Amino acid sequence: MTANSLKNQPDERGHFGPYGGRYVAETLMPLILEVEKAYNEAKADPKFWEEIELLQRDYVGRPSPLYFAKSTTEKLGGAKIYFKRDELNHPGAHKINHCLGQILVAKRMGKTRIICETGAGQHGVATATVCALFDLPCTVFMGATDVERQAPNVFRMKLLGAEVIPVTSGAGTLKDAMNEAMRDWVTNVHDTYYLIGTVAGPHPFPAMVRDFQSIIGTELKEQMMEREGRLPDTLVACIGGGSNAMGLFYPFLDDADVNMVGVEAGGHGVDTDQHAASLTGGSPGVLHGMQSYFLQNEDGQIQEAHSISAGLDYPGIGPEHAWLFDQKRVEYVSVTDDEALDAFQKLTKLEGIIPALEPSHAFAHVMKVAPTLPKDHILVMNLCGRGDKDIFTVAEKLGVKIDG
Amino acid sequence: MSRIEQTFKALNRPALVTFIMAGDPDAATSLEVLKALPGAGADIIELGMPFTDPMADGPTIELAGGRALTAGANMKQTLQMVRDFREGNGETPIVLMGYFNPIMQYGTNKFMDDAATSGVDGLIIVDLPPEEADEALSAAKAKNIDIIRLITPTTTMERLPKVLEGASGFLYYVSITGVTGAASADLSTIKPHIKEIKTHTNLPIAIGFGIKTPEDAANMGKIADGVVVGSSIVQTIVEKQDPQSVSEQVKSLASALK
Repeated sequence: MTANSLKNQPDERGHFGPYGGRYVAETLMPLILEVEKAYNEAKADPKFWEEIELLQRDYVGRPSPLYFAKSTTEKLGGAKIYFKRDELNHPGAHKINHCLGQILVAKRMGKTRIICETGAGQHGVATATVCALFDLPCTVFMGATDVERQAPNVFRMKLLGAEVIPVTSGAGTLKDAMNEAMRDWVTNVHDTYYLIGTVAGPHPFPAMVRDFQSIIGTELKEQMMEREGRLPDTLVACIGGGSNAMGLFYPFLDDADVNMVGVEAGGHGVDTDQHAASLTGGSPGVLHGMQSYFLQNEDGQIQEAHSISAGLDYPGIGPEHAWLFDQKRVEYVSVTDDEALDAFQKLTKLEGIIPALEPSHAFAHVMKVAPTLPKDHILVMNLCGRGDKDIFTVAEKLGVKIDG
Repeated sequence: MSRIEQTFKALNRPALVTFIMAGDPDAATSLEVLKALPGAGADIIELGMPFTDPMADGPTIELAGGRALTAGANMKQTLQMVRDFREGNGETPIVLMGYFNPIMQYGTNKFMDDAATSGVDGLIIVDLPPEEADEALSAAKAKNIDIIRLITPTTTMERLPKVLEGASGFLYYVSITGVTGAASADLSTIKPHIKEIKTHTNLPIAIGFGIKTPEDAANMGKIADGVVVGSSIVQTIVEKQDPQSVSEQVKSLASALK
């Protein structure tokens, strides 16, 4: 890494330019510093990485395949399209990558109870999974609205032994679940580790989650060199908090010829007040322990986000994305609910892969740009989660009734 | 000498610090409650700045902020409330308490200017630890506004100097690891911690979180220079919707400290 590397962030106090930092109540501050110390020690310990690598291979099923999407490529008639298939991970999304890493950090710290927040339930399921694996009690905070629209994942978490607490404050979505998790953590600092589900929150979480997720981009680099003998031209990933995108982008940040596109959830449109596009439609502020971009009014009150996808339904974004946005290193666009719904169906039929609604946003963008690109342009989309959990939401939107 | 310093100096008993949320349940009622607090026995007033996502607060104060915002509260209105209060009261210190984002959006420097001219004496910004406070601290100091720091049961002696650096007015000792309005603290566990902190600072220490009844207040008053009562007063405001009931409650809290 050179001095000018884009991979040098954050600084030692956890700042990505003006973003990031540690905006937490004093009760949590000593613990946050402890997490940072534990992570730094773990990072320097080869045994820590050996344990992760073994679990990634034998338990998760990594490396995830790089799949050439022939039908999609032919149908769109432009760029050569690959999918990085993180939806094939056990148990269904990229979230397991940072859950394994964090639970090992929690164990090193001697913590005996795990809490987390979840939106779509993917992070909750992944956390409940690693808690079952390591036999630690797990409490999942989930917005009451999301509990309703993600029933299969709620049941899955319960089967795994987790306690799921529906959060009714606010709109009952991801933001509210995160508030409640923070309150629990403040109350139970002595024995509890908060396993944050994205590249957000106070330092060191954004950097730590990114590091655990960057296995996606690292694998891709190797697979692409093997397959095409060169780096891809464009990377596309959806963004709620931004964990799968950060994991895909980070290893390529210094490869100036690789374009990167982050796709935010445009809900009913970024010109309405019903979307979750924090960069396209928000402004810098402070929430959930970090400075970043948030949807807010001029008085600094946080606005409710909206997205068809519970996993993207968050009015903020990880601080490293805020910084990359300002640096113009990554292009950030948005896709509406309707476009994502259409993409969900197209991808299912074209490739026989039911994607989660989150990467359906990424695919909607791929459908827009791929036809405009030359045939030798290599585009990789991160297919970060599978869509089994979303079939009820999609059925409802399509006016189809399915009874269990 | 600042109003806060003067208040602690003049008292030969623990100070009663009362918290209400600005604009709860509406601007007019809230101002009426505020104006009546000193007469009922409040020595220092903490005025909450409403915020949508109060992560360190329990449901009582979260709901109060929500009611205020629904009734149209914003930062300008909160500062106006302090100006209105100051027309009839020049002595009672007012400390604004809340979260950083509304201050940041107002503009940190402009906020300190306007807060000072409105008659604000101190600030508690819950989610702005010393590590992130440089800019706000120097802007506040330039306007003689005290930055009141939180010390918690998790604050180690090793970390204490960092927290004390730049602290003025008084120290707010959070008696429990938890959110506002939660269970009461155990006196015997916090007493040695407070005693130890006292050896590192001359600032008065007020204890808050979990103090609800006159008995709680009297108990905590034995080991501190002030006690903070918040959630239980906010609860009275919403239940009775009547400044008189709030005054009676504050009177009984005040007499427990005499």
